[in-house]
Amino acid sequence: MRTLIKITTAALLSASFISPLFAQDEVNIYSARKEDIIRPLLDAFTKKTQIEVNIISGKADALLNRIVNEAQNSPVDVLLTTDAGRLWRAKQAGVLATVESDVLNQLIPANLRDTDQQWFGLSVRARPIMLSQFYISNTASEERPHDYSDLADPKHQNQICIRSSDNIYNQSLMASVIANQGEEAALNWANGLVGNMARKPQGGDRDQIKAAALGQCGIAIANTYYLASMLAENSPAADKAAAQAMTILWPNQSTFGAHVNVSGAGVAKHSPNPKNAVALIEFLASDAAQEIYANVNFEYPVRDGIELNSLLQSWGEFKADTLDLSTLGELNPKAVMIMDKAGWR
Amino acid sequence: MQRLFMQASVLAIGAIVVFPLLSLISLSLSGDSTTDVWSHLASTVLPDYIKTSVLLMLGVASGTLLLGVSTAYIVSQYQFPGKRFWTWALLLPLAMPTYIIAYAYTGLLDIAGPVQELIRSHFGLSFGEYWFPEIRSLAGAVVVFSLVLYPYVYLLVRSALLSQSPNLASTARLFGYTRWQRFSRVTVPLARPAIVAGVSLALMESLADFGAVSYFGVNTFTTGIYRTWNGLNSAAGAAQLSLALLSFIAVLVLLEQYSRRKARYELKNQQPRTDQKRLTGLKLALAIIVLTTPVLFGFAIPVSQLLVWAVQHMDPLGWSSYIGLVLNTVSVAAITAVIATTLALVMLYAQRIHKTRINSALKTIVGLGYAVPGIVIAVGTLIPLALFDNALDTVLRNWFGISSGLLLSGTLVALILAYLVRFLTVSINSLEPGFGHIPQTLDMASRTLGDRPLGVLKRVHFPLLKPSLISALLIVFVETMKELPATLILRPFNFNTLAVRAYELASDERLPEAAMASLTIVLVGLIPVIFLTRLMAKDKTG
Repeated sequence: MRTLIKITTAALLSASFISPLFAQDEVNIYSARKEDIIRPLLDAFTKKTQIEVNIISGKADALLNRIVNEAQNSPVDVLLTTDAGRLWRAKQAGVLATVESDVLNQLIPANLRDTDQQWFGLSVRARPIMLSQFYISNTASEERPHDYSDLADPKHQNQICIRSSDNIYNQSLMASVIANQGEEAALNWANGLVGNMARKPQGGDRDQIKAAALGQCGIAIANTYYLASMLAENSPAADKAAAQAMTILWPNQSTFGAHVNVSGAGVAKHSPNPKNAVALIEFLASDAAQEIYANVNFEYPVRDGIELNSLLQSWGEFKADTLDLSTLGELNPKAVMIMDKAGWR
Repeated sequence: MQRLFMQASVLAIGAIVVFPLLSLISLSLSGDSTTDVWSHLASTVLPDYIKTSVLLMLGVASGTLLLGVSTAYIVSQYQFPGKRFWTWALLLPLAMPTYIIAYAYTGLLDIAGPVQELIRSHFGLSFGEYWFPEIRSLAGAVVVFSLVLYPYVYLLVRSALLSQSPNLASTARLFGYTRWQRFSRVTVPLARPAIVAGVSLALMESLADFGAVSYFGVNTFTTGIYRTWNGLNSAAGAAQLSLALLSFIAVLVLLEQYSRRKARYELKNQQPRTDQKRLTGLKLALAIIVLTTPVLFGFAIPVSQLLVWAVQHMDPLGWSSYIGLVLNTVSVAAITAVIATTLALVMLYAQRIHKTRINSALKTIVGLGYAVPGIVIAVGTLIPLALFDNALDTVLRNWFGISSGLLLSGTLVALILAYLVRFLTVSINSLEPGFGHIPQTLDMASRTLGDRPLGVLKRVHFPLLKPSLISALLIVFVETMKELPATLILRPFNFNTLAVRAYELASDERLPEAAMASLTIVLVGLIPVIFLTRLMAKDKTG
């Protein structure tokens, strides 16, 4: 009898440990965004909803390939990417579901989400021109670049630092030039830009900022959140000094606006937890999450009315290109071909 | 019966690599017409990819030969103070992933690094007023690859040299050969299988590398494969490029095998070495310089840079989370090392007792996996596994109304299979020279005495192969620990490793914060190195 009681108690105890594992609400993410970066957002989501988040982070195209091959048995609920082009590809591959969410349709501006409601932009990443103090103080205002197209002007020879065209941000910048000005103009622009490079493209965005600050070039092209994180408190002293030597120039303010892309998300077609998936994306579009995007990751919120921190405020308001972001995905291969032709490595 | 069993095992092992390669072939035939992609590539970047890859190979081959053979020769042929230290210290760079050493040297030597900073402040110069070599370049890639890949050559050549009978050198001396002649006409030709095995590992790793070359802005064939897939959005084109790369490697491998088709290298040294000359004076100084250079530049300097970073900028995750990362990393690497080494042993032994065309062909095919970029292997592994899982699930649903879901995809099994596709070559290349040195006469004697084939393997080969087995385990362990692209994409949910952590921070351009994870990889990599050292010390012939 005693043994029986013991066994029953043990069984009940172990059940109480195991049951949460089965009863637990969860959502599975394949993320092209680094886990470290979105962790604060996911933790906030779990805290609010009690829904556990499981994650695999990796490169977008490989994750997409995994979803395609896993097919109807794929465990993934949400695909997170760092650019709209990859979401467009996921939609083309037929792995995303149409989401009926009034919340998302209301919160996210139409040009930052898919027309068929298969994906939604969640944070805006701007890629403006950055000028070094040294360059500004030695160059008359009318001699400086004001638009992306100026970067191809031969008078800026040996002045431009930009990373390799392997990089997705450069590919989508190029795609936006094609969309706005046509292929021929885009090729001319790429040729001119390559002719003005101060060095062979190398390193990441921060490296361009550092090289410009140290005088290897006067003009750098980089995403703004890199500049912001170089200015952050825990950043290495040399990075901070370099970032302080740079000024943001918002290009094309009188024409189509500065180039932007979004990080975003879509719900998987075979999602085993579709409700939780939508809840997660809705949370990421909420005030609380948008503030984290802006104040921890230094990206721009996807919606108006979110309080920006002082650094982002100090860079001023800017006109962003309102190009349909699907175009960036569609034109990506063409952009790469043009960069190859121009010898932009 | 045992022969049949062996044959079946070899076929099964071959299948691990053959299926992913087949799925690459099917991928390359899929999708839209890729003629556009090819004509575009051929008219723009392809010549550059090929030229750069060939130059990289030539450079890395020279670099690893120079560092690997010279150090192995000194350590195996001479006596000098501190020899035991150098014997294992020369292995240290093996624990350094190529992308990490690339980051570390860039941090030190690029325009914003402390070295150029010092030059500028000391001489009061600003950028452009002095000459400094560009680290992020093809030459830079050759140097960093050579610095971390030479240990393959060193490790394999050292054991080959130790198993050469001193009688040969003595004979050569009787014939009036000088030391140089003995080195170039006797020692090196006899060690050729080991040298080739080591250099080809180094070359395949350089060819398959993506992290370091893309950071350096060096356009190799592999960066082309990535770009064709990610940028041009052509998976079929990328698969075709991968197959072209594979065919190129296959031709090289076959050419090398053909050039020594008749040679045999059975030369197990049974005697203690008595001919090791004691180094003194100038020669000793020179030897120490030769031994110090690779350890200093391949290990001490980059590790110091990482240490400085790690002290200044701790990983925001903190120490406590590292326990989990280390456990994941070590367990998956250890499992892979044991499986890979066992499978390699089976494969080589089957070929030894039963040399059929199909066995040789399978061995050659298995040998190609290492040259394939990790992400391509990952996709190649994913496709057949998912096909199998989904087919099984459909059958079970239709017949029994139960669902098996994804049985293997998304589990550690998938990940370990991908590792095997890449690293079986490594274990085979590490074991093969050792196997070749065991005379067939020993097998015959053992068989005559009534041993069955597996008994020969257990009682005769296993003890003789111990040093090679340990090297194979060590190299596969370290390789698995460093592997990134396949790990990223095939891992189960929430399964993080040290390499993943280092990559996450580094690819977000937070190099200083990535230093802690990088250093931990190096530290964990030291464990098997120390283990190996103990074994080397016991090796009487050393």
